[in-house]
Amino acid sequence: MSAAAPFGGRARRGGAVFGTKLVLARAVGAASRRSGRGGGTTLPGRVLLRLEPEAIARLGRDLRGGATLVSATNGKTTTAGMIAAILAAEGRPPVHNRAGSNMTWGVATALLEQRGAEGLFEVDEAWLPRVAQQLHPRLIVLGNLFRDQLDRYGEMEALAEEWANVVAATPAATGLALNADDPLIADLGRDPDTERPREGTLYFGIEDHTQALPELQHAFDAKHCRRCGHPYAYEVAFVGHLGHYSCPNCGAQRPRPDVAATRIELRGMEGSAATVRVPGGEIEVELPLPGLYNVYNALAAIAAALRLGVEAQRIAATLGGMRAAFGRVETIPIAGRRLSILLIKNPAGANEVLRTLKLEAERAGGIDLWIALNDRIADGRDVSWVWDADFEVLGAAVRRVTCAGTRAPEMALRLKYAGWPEDRIAVEPDIGTSLDAAVDAAADRVFALPTYTALLELRKLLSDRGLAEEFWR
Amino acid sequence: MELRVLSLYPEQMNIYADRGNILFLRRRCEWRGIGFTWAGAGPGEAVDLAAHDLFYIGGGQDRDQRAVAADMVETKRTALAAAVDDGAALLAVCGGYQLLGESYQLGSETLPGLGLADLWTVREPGPRLIGNVAIETELGGEKRILAGFENHGGRTYLGPSARPLGRVVKGHGNNGGDGLEGVWRDNLLGTYLHGPLLPKNAWLADHLVELALEHRYGTRPTLEPLPDALERAAHASARTAAGL
Repeated sequence: MSAAAPFGGRARRGGAVFGTKLVLARAVGAASRRSGRGGGTTLPGRVLLRLEPEAIARLGRDLRGGATLVSATNGKTTTAGMIAAILAAEGRPPVHNRAGSNMTWGVATALLEQRGAEGLFEVDEAWLPRVAQQLHPRLIVLGNLFRDQLDRYGEMEALAEEWANVVAATPAATGLALNADDPLIADLGRDPDTERPREGTLYFGIEDHTQALPELQHAFDAKHCRRCGHPYAYEVAFVGHLGHYSCPNCGAQRPRPDVAATRIELRGMEGSAATVRVPGGEIEVELPLPGLYNVYNALAAIAAALRLGVEAQRIAATLGGMRAAFGRVETIPIAGRRLSILLIKNPAGANEVLRTLKLEAERAGGIDLWIALNDRIADGRDVSWVWDADFEVLGAAVRRVTCAGTRAPEMALRLKYAGWPEDRIAVEPDIGTSLDAAVDAAADRVFALPTYTALLELRKLLSDRGLAEEFWR
Repeated sequence: MELRVLSLYPEQMNIYADRGNILFLRRRCEWRGIGFTWAGAGPGEAVDLAAHDLFYIGGGQDRDQRAVAADMVETKRTALAAAVDDGAALLAVCGGYQLLGESYQLGSETLPGLGLADLWTVREPGPRLIGNVAIETELGGEKRILAGFENHGGRTYLGPSARPLGRVVKGHGNNGGDGLEGVWRDNLLGTYLHGPLLPKNAWLADHLVELALEHRYGTRPTLEPLPDALERAAHASARTAAGL
């Protein structure tokens, strides 16, 4: 075992050969960071998995407190960030892929470079089966499934089936925290033998009817009962297809949530407040993040933290003390103005952002925007989705919008057909040039709506200008 | 003048933002002072062929196609076939295109098709055919490019009496093998270029409007040109994405 000695207590990870692979992969990460080109959150893991395909399983065995996996179409990074903060406040900082690198190599990088007793990993929807199989998680948190990147994930029904297989393959000891309001997710907690919720499942959901959508949105994804194929009947919907539903044919129903927001007050970009029913009581939660979609993220985090043994009042205290900076909403001073960044990546998520911005525009008497539509692999190559998002809601309130990114003209065209005045729409594909133009033209605040890789480019640009921290630290 | 559009199964067949096509047609009619009406026909609902001049069928997941295929044959086929024979325009994309043919074989299951075009579709082993695509077509009398995005598991083969919509310049097309894309028979068009295909190809939208208005009013109208700078830029962007 002498060759493993440099790795100290980690020798039990499997001897000299594996140890050497770890050293090599770590060195790649260090070199990548020194080069200043970013990529430090993925490259070491890529190298390690190339050298040792079972690395996640082998490193995962060191997580004595087990691993929690978080997946969803929308809100993975934010939900995992909340759970991480809650655990850290309990003196249990997890090994966590906090930069949002959520495919196997991101998980492997976190395991390679961090130490801790517990793991917390946000996992890309399509990679959940692979990661779950390697890590044997203690808890799986599933938030929602929306229409997203059909070119990469395929059809939603197929993805839901794969997730059902993931759940079926886990031992009974694995806990589940599931969104009761998403029928595709809630059904995963049903034990197929007893037709009852599986032991150890915590459901979360919204029970404040004042937050209902006036009508079902166009981007409405879960139309058919997972059990019998009949269309669901909705009593109320809150975000996309998340709501209170039942199947008039087979009687399938939304499970009663264990963690439920019973009263919600939305305060625009400033955040929200909610009363949340938990097993055995009630907590008041202040959230520094905007929109109902972040209430869902918080409910997922609360359910997960309860399942991980954190006391409810302490969860509320940590959530109330969090700043928005950890997540995907950031406000950055730039050229005497403010730049507020909101990720958009699919119709359901974009609709929630547009809903929040509509309130903001009403308050401020108008709105300045920068929208960056990229079509790289991580964005989805297919930009059709912009026609499914309801950009119509903002049209009249727009003072100026600058469209950027690899598919900037198609974004601009969508806005023209959404009824936004054409003379207020500018097209400039280059991220930096367009951002400067948008900021110059704005009175005060600019809302930046980038797709995923455009967000990475924007953060890099802001970091190069000394305006924001490097996100891959 | 008025453009009358009917979408078949708008609740089921809309997977890739198909509503973008309808919105695109609507706005361009409004801007030209042409009236616009839209209706949807769902499962069990009859199609009044005299009431519409442009029929649209969008894309759907396997489950959606299963849900509508039999109904389509039972309650819509006769009227649709008569409408197309009478000169009405029909645009079917992606999953809707697959249902235009004789059949769609999904593993052990065979979905019936409308039989409006001499083609059939098979879900063969192998990856889905996904990506940006550009085809060259002579639709409308001159060679032009249609640019868009395709994402399909099924492979479509044209029979001897079917003519393709175009030749694949970039991308996969009907089956990734024979270099052909879509189908074109008189006023009937089928294509794998899915979802908001018309916004990427304003010329095709205008061509369909002309066909539909000709069906209603007997003569082909000359459409007023629109200030299409953004439309041209979007078309160029889609072409560039496809590698042209």
